[in-house]
Amino acid sequence: VIEEGGVKMKLTVIDTPGFGDQINNENCWEPIEKYINEQYEKFLKEEVNIARKKRIPDTRVHCCLYFISPTGHSLRPLDLEFMKHLSKVVNIIPVIAKADTMTLEEKTEFKQRVRKELEVNGIEFYPQKEFDEDLEDKTENDKIRQESMPFAVVGSDKEYQVNGKRVLGRKTPWGIIEVENLTHCEFALLRDFVIRTHLQDLKEVTHNIHYETYRAKRLNDNGGLPPMTVETEENHESNL
Amino acid sequence: QQPAQFSNPETSGYVGFANLPNQVHRKSVKKGFEFTLMVVGESGLGKSTLINSLFLTDLYPERIIPGAAEKIERTVQIEASTVEIEERGVKLRLTVVDTPGYGDAINCRDCFKTIISYIDEQFERYLHDESGLNRRHIIDNRVHCCFYFISPFGHGLKLLDVEFMKAIHNKVNIVPVIAKADTLSLKERERLKKRILDEIEDHGIKIYHLPDAESDEDEDFKEQTRLLKASIPFCVVGSNQLIEAKGKKVRGRLYPWGVVEVENPEHNDFLKLRTMLITHMQDLQEVTQDLHYENFRSERLKRGGRKIEEEVVNKDQILLEKEAELRRMQEMIARMQAQMQMQMQSGEGDSSAVHGQHV
Repeated sequence: VIEEGGVKMKLTVIDTPGFGDQINNENCWEPIEKYINEQYEKFLKEEVNIARKKRIPDTRVHCCLYFISPTGHSLRPLDLEFMKHLSKVVNIIPVIAKADTMTLEEKTEFKQRVRKELEVNGIEFYPQKEFDEDLEDKTENDKIRQESMPFAVVGSDKEYQVNGKRVLGRKTPWGIIEVENLTHCEFALLRDFVIRTHLQDLKEVTHNIHYETYRAKRLNDNGGLPPMTVETEENHESNL
Repeated sequence: QQPAQFSNPETSGYVGFANLPNQVHRKSVKKGFEFTLMVVGESGLGKSTLINSLFLTDLYPERIIPGAAEKIERTVQIEASTVEIEERGVKLRLTVVDTPGYGDAINCRDCFKTIISYIDEQFERYLHDESGLNRRHIIDNRVHCCFYFISPFGHGLKLLDVEFMKAIHNKVNIVPVIAKADTLSLKERERLKKRILDEIEDHGIKIYHLPDAESDEDEDFKEQTRLLKASIPFCVVGSNQLIEAKGKKVRGRLYPWGVVEVENPEHNDFLKLRTMLITHMQDLQEVTQDLHYENFRSERLKRGGRKIEEEVVNKDQILLEKEAELRRMQEMIARMQAQMQMQMQSGEGDSSAVHGQHV
């Protein structure tokens, strides 16, 4: 739980070690999809309960940061497959990692290429076009979608002295890369986007769209009945 | 050629065969040198840029980089480009064998079959030529050295790296190279190098070992060899772009935070890699001939011209796999049937919400 300016936030970070590490990575996104759906299921079960809690504990995944390798060429087949499957169940924000390996031109070219590939393959990353609520949202999000994303970031938890200030950065023999300097990388843009401007919207889209889609599918599969039926089956099981 | 040009004829007992090395030198220079270098590594690690930087040429003038969707269908290709370069009258016929598609697929299980076949084919061809009647113009297309590119974005070797190197370390000289080294700080480099060396040792991977300097070499050369050996695997950055830095034009990469100079030993090991390749080109060829090729030849001749029963083994494997799949599907059907039965029964039962045992 972290606090800032009197506002408390319970932050959960879910890591997925081992993703894409095998020689055969077929379906390696399945455990991830399964986990996300399990959180929806948990929420659904609580929601349909007769005596349900006033504030349902929300363990649903509000945002998935997908790290793209800065090859400078294009997306990898695994990236495409993952995002195709997961963009339907969760908000995906593609991020280009370790961006200090690309020059400004390489960065611009790569981002353009990735954006085009995502578009050609019908992958809707967050913020999704179809969920823009009004013109104001649309203009703001269009700019982000078409120019800034995917954010090319550099991360660091070490501080160095630059021009009299202490900044987060990476030290190399040819200079210091400042993480929060917009001329160096887009970390600040990502941070502002996810935390300062769109945090609430990420939660709302998860709840109003992704979760509702899951819920509708579950109800349809059960013939329009809420998953209470599951309990009955189990009860019947024990009677046998 | 008068002996007077090359020696001291006043020494009594001088025959003149001390001139032989010069004769060998002249003949080799006339004949020219051949070298085949294979580069292996996933896309986007800067292999082509590095090769172009090493040999100050452009081996890939009309290159089109495929998108991810196209890569899904592609298998590993072998692309050999030959270029004749000349420096101070010495001709080098350099063949660079590229392996596009390696490591790209979601399932990389069959990644290295194509590459191993290629290496074996060159050995096979040489063996065939060597055993033939007319041996005047045997062309040596055997792979003398393989630069294996390791990604700097991970924490060491990947499974694929280990498996591939183990599959070819008895066929070709492996020189591991850490690509795009400008993404690592000096400390991160040292850590990564050590980690990779440890993993290479743990897995019993045999990489190319530079021979120690002979005792009669001068100190400088001995020191240089020591430095080279200590720097493996080399962390390299490639570029053929000229950037203005500190008043001179250097080959490098321009970032908002500084310029990475390709030929600056404090920035990366490019110069070390180049030195190693040049001073050990001969040794790389010799080890290929004396070790890898001889291994291949003896294995091949022992087998007596028959292909190993690989095909039979594969068929058995395929059969086993199919049986396992069949079993899995049958289990799945049984489960689905059980579920359907329960759903039908629960439609008739009463709906008390007592928790039963989980199925």
